[in-house]
Parts: sequence; structure tokens; C-alpha cells
Amino acid sequence: MTYPAELRYTKEHEWARVDGDTVRVGVTSYAVDQLGDVTLVDLPAVGTSVSAHARFGEIESVKTVSELFSPVSGEITAVNEDLEGTPEQVNEAPYEGGWLVDIKMSDPSQLDGLMDAAQYADYIGKLEG
Amino acid sequence: MSRTVTAPTTPLLETPLVDEHRALGARLVPFAGWLMPVQYEGIRQEHEAVRNGAGLFDVSHMGELHLEGPDAVAVVDSLVTNAVKDLPVGKALYTCCCNAEGKILDDLIIYRRGEDRILVVCNAGNREKISAHFAKHAKGRCSFRDASDETALLALQGPKAEQALREVGCDAHLPELGAFHLADGKVAGVDCIVARTGYTAEDGFELFCANADAPKLFRALLAAPVGVKPIGLGARDTLRLEGKLSLYGNDIDETTNPLEAGLGWVVKLDGDDFLGRDALRAIKAAGVTRKLVGIEMTGRGIARHGYPVVVDGQTVGVVTSGSPSITLGTNIGLAYVPVDKAAVGTVLGIEIRGKIIDAVVVKTPFYKRQPR
Repeated sequence: MTYPAELRYTKEHEWARVDGDTVRVGVTSYAVDQLGDVTLVDLPAVGTSVSAHARFGEIESVKTVSELFSPVSGEITAVNEDLEGTPEQVNEAPYEGGWLVDIKMSDPSQLDGLMDAAQYADYIGKLEG
Repeated sequence: MSRTVTAPTTPLLETPLVDEHRALGARLVPFAGWLMPVQYEGIRQEHEAVRNGAGLFDVSHMGELHLEGPDAVAVVDSLVTNAVKDLPVGKALYTCCCNAEGKILDDLIIYRRGEDRILVVCNAGNREKISAHFAKHAKGRCSFRDASDETALLALQGPKAEQALREVGCDAHLPELGAFHLADGKVAGVDCIVARTGYTAEDGFELFCANADAPKLFRALLAAPVGVKPIGLGARDTLRLEGKLSLYGNDIDETTNPLEAGLGWVVKLDGDDFLGRDALRAIKAAGVTRKLVGIEMTGRGIARHGYPVVVDGQTVGVVTSGSPSITLGTNIGLAYVPVDKAAVGTVLGIEIRGKIIDAVVVKTPFYKRQPR
């Protein structure tokens, strides 16, 4: 399990990579381990407004459907179209080719409410008991 | 990302193999009141191992009921839709067990171990109901014993299952042990009932043994040189769906009857009486109103249990099972639809999170193994 130091994390196992006023969002290696083989990712269209901690899509594995939650509020500016044909990239490279969406933030101060890598690793440790 | 996980309210039951599963790194989850392995290496790898090689399942959560005595066959026949009296000794059959309304209480495998000796295997989730049902009706010269708590059940499935059984040593005569045959025998030195049955649409065996012997048998089979992988309930579900084998609680339950579920072939309406026969005769005479059909998604989406089937803006049916087919690479499912929407080629809509995604009725089973 790896949690890159430069990312921010949610309790729902999404990560956010900050680039100016935009964040790239994906799911963590812990999420991927819990899901198993990802078979379908249902994402909103570019231009859709999203709210922090609100559902913005679904990720499906062979046996499960899980909701995706946005780490921040804002507007979707890009969607990883490659996942339509190759959803397994989420398993293979959750922090790179398996990214989900880019969000232009409306309130960058919301980033302060996210965990850093050390806090997230600690959180996972407690979840796993 | 989040999923809803329902916390169990009572302590979970454990099979005699739970420590083996933990040692193998299985993910253990609650299922029908039991703590069961849902996956080890991954559903995809496990699914492919059973289709191409051999896989081993712990299905000790299933119920085993023994009925014995001169009236045992008649008692069982009075409770099931298929005809056990015509079943030769050493053979097994699949059947439904219905209530007086012809609704399905459970689906069962009946094993005829002797002229007067019957083994009934029921689903874990229905064990209390079915055990009480059979106990109540076991009258006359028929003893009843629920051996579920002392019996382990391993399913060895896949095209290389027979080779694995030979490698660990099996004194039952395997070439004569055709599909749905059974024999008592020793496997890897363990006393078993060896049956050529399963729930994967693949060749394979089910091995009943005493709880205490289960770890020895489990380890021996996993060590067979041909290569046997442990398989969890996740792949068990994707395997059975490809073979259109019904899952109780999903595809069939106490609101469905065998005729609409495509299980008319195990309902012998012209033979001796059984519980539910009159109701099923009436249903047959009137004609079923809906049918369980196979669907393949043609749009981008995965049908899941409970999703509505929509045609021309109207909800006309419901999906009972659905997942990606690992063998076929398509998204498949089963759904109840009105008889006029049941023909192969009929286009249906599946409502997935508020969107209507196209699907088409296809021939079933989705997957059929090559003959041996």
C-alpha cells in the first residue's frame, strides 16, 4: 500500500493532487485493494458542478458498486476518458493512469480539511484494527 | 468511495476451515450467518482457474439432512417437485422444494445413497426452515437427522478436478462416476461421500466429510501437483451466473415459482402428489405471466440485483442477478420480464442510477463447457 506524500486524502479513500486552482482526483491503493478488479467507472460530464463530500460518480468491481465522493467543491474540467475502455488502469496505476476527474476548486480552503499521507496511513491503520 | 456494510447482529458461524482461509490470505465476509471467504487472489483469477484448471471451494455452510428408512423416499417425494422414486441408487438430482402455493422454499440437491437412504443438501440461508420442514414431515418409517453442524463440504471444480482427485488418491471409481453420480470413498485418506455435482457449470466433485477431517482434505487437494487454487464466494457467483444456475434469494425465493424461473424441467406435474403440485398445475394451465431470461448489456452499464427493467417508459420487470461475465467479457444478468418480452433478441432497458441503459434478451446458459 502506498500513499504518495504530495497528495491529500479523504476518509472515503479518494486522493487529490493540487495543481494551482485545480485538483486531480482518484481513489487510493487501499480503495483499489478493497474493490478488487474495477470493471466500470461512471463519471459526470465535463462542466458538472460537484460539492465537497457529495457523491459525484460510481466505481464498480465484479461484485460491488461503490459511490465516489468529491474531496472539494467546484466544476469538473476533465474526465479520464481512457477508463471507459480500460477501467483496470484504476487497479494498475491508481495515482497515475487510473485518475478519475479534474475539478476546478470554488473554495481552495476546503483542502485544509483533507488528510495528508501520514494522517491517512494512520487512519487506514485504525480501520484495519 | 464508500460501500454499505451491514453489521451482523449475531455472532457469525465458522466452518472448520476458517483458519485455513485466514492463512491463505482470504478476505472473510458475513454470508447467510457464516464467516466465509469471498476471495483469495482475486475473483478474476479464481474464476479463470475454475474454467481452465481446478479450484477448491469451502461450502461447509450448506445444510445436510439425512432421511433414512423404508418411507424415506416417499417422504422426500412428498416435499419436492422432482421425482426421487425414479432416481437410481448412487445418483443425485436437482429439485425445487415448494410451499402449497407453488412458491419456492429452497432449491436442493437430493442424493440417493441407498434404497432407503437419502441425503438432502440445502442452502445455508434456508437451513433452519428446510430442516424444520423435513423434520415435521418425516413420519412413518423414516428417520430424520440434520448433520449440518458436523459435516464439511468441499467442492473441487474445473476441467482438471478429476486429475487432482486421482493425484491425492481417491478409491471411488472415477470413470464410472458420471455427472450427478455419487459413491462413498476415501479421498487423501479421508472418508467422504464423493459426488460429481457442483455449482460452476464445469466438471467437478463435491466431497462431504466429517468436520475434523476437513483441514486434512483441504490441504491435500490444494497441494495436488496439477494445481488447485482456493476459490471464494465471489467467483462462485460469477461462475454460476454464466451457467444460469439459480441463486436462492436472488433469482428464486418465496415470491417466485419454478415454472416462471425456468425450472419446469425439475417439476413433475404428472407423477405422484407433492406439496405445491396443485398450485403449479393451475399456474401451468393458466400460463406463466413472466419469465426469468438471460440478458446481455448492449449499453455501457452493469445490471445488478433489484434494478428495474424498463420498456417504453414503463417498469415491466426486475433484474435478479448481474455482473461482468469474466469468461465472455460482456456484462450479463438475469431478469424477470413479461412473457411477451422474453423472446431472444428483445431489446430491454435497464434502469441504472436513473439512466436507462440498453440490454438484449439472449440465449442461456451464457456459458456451456466443452464435453469431456
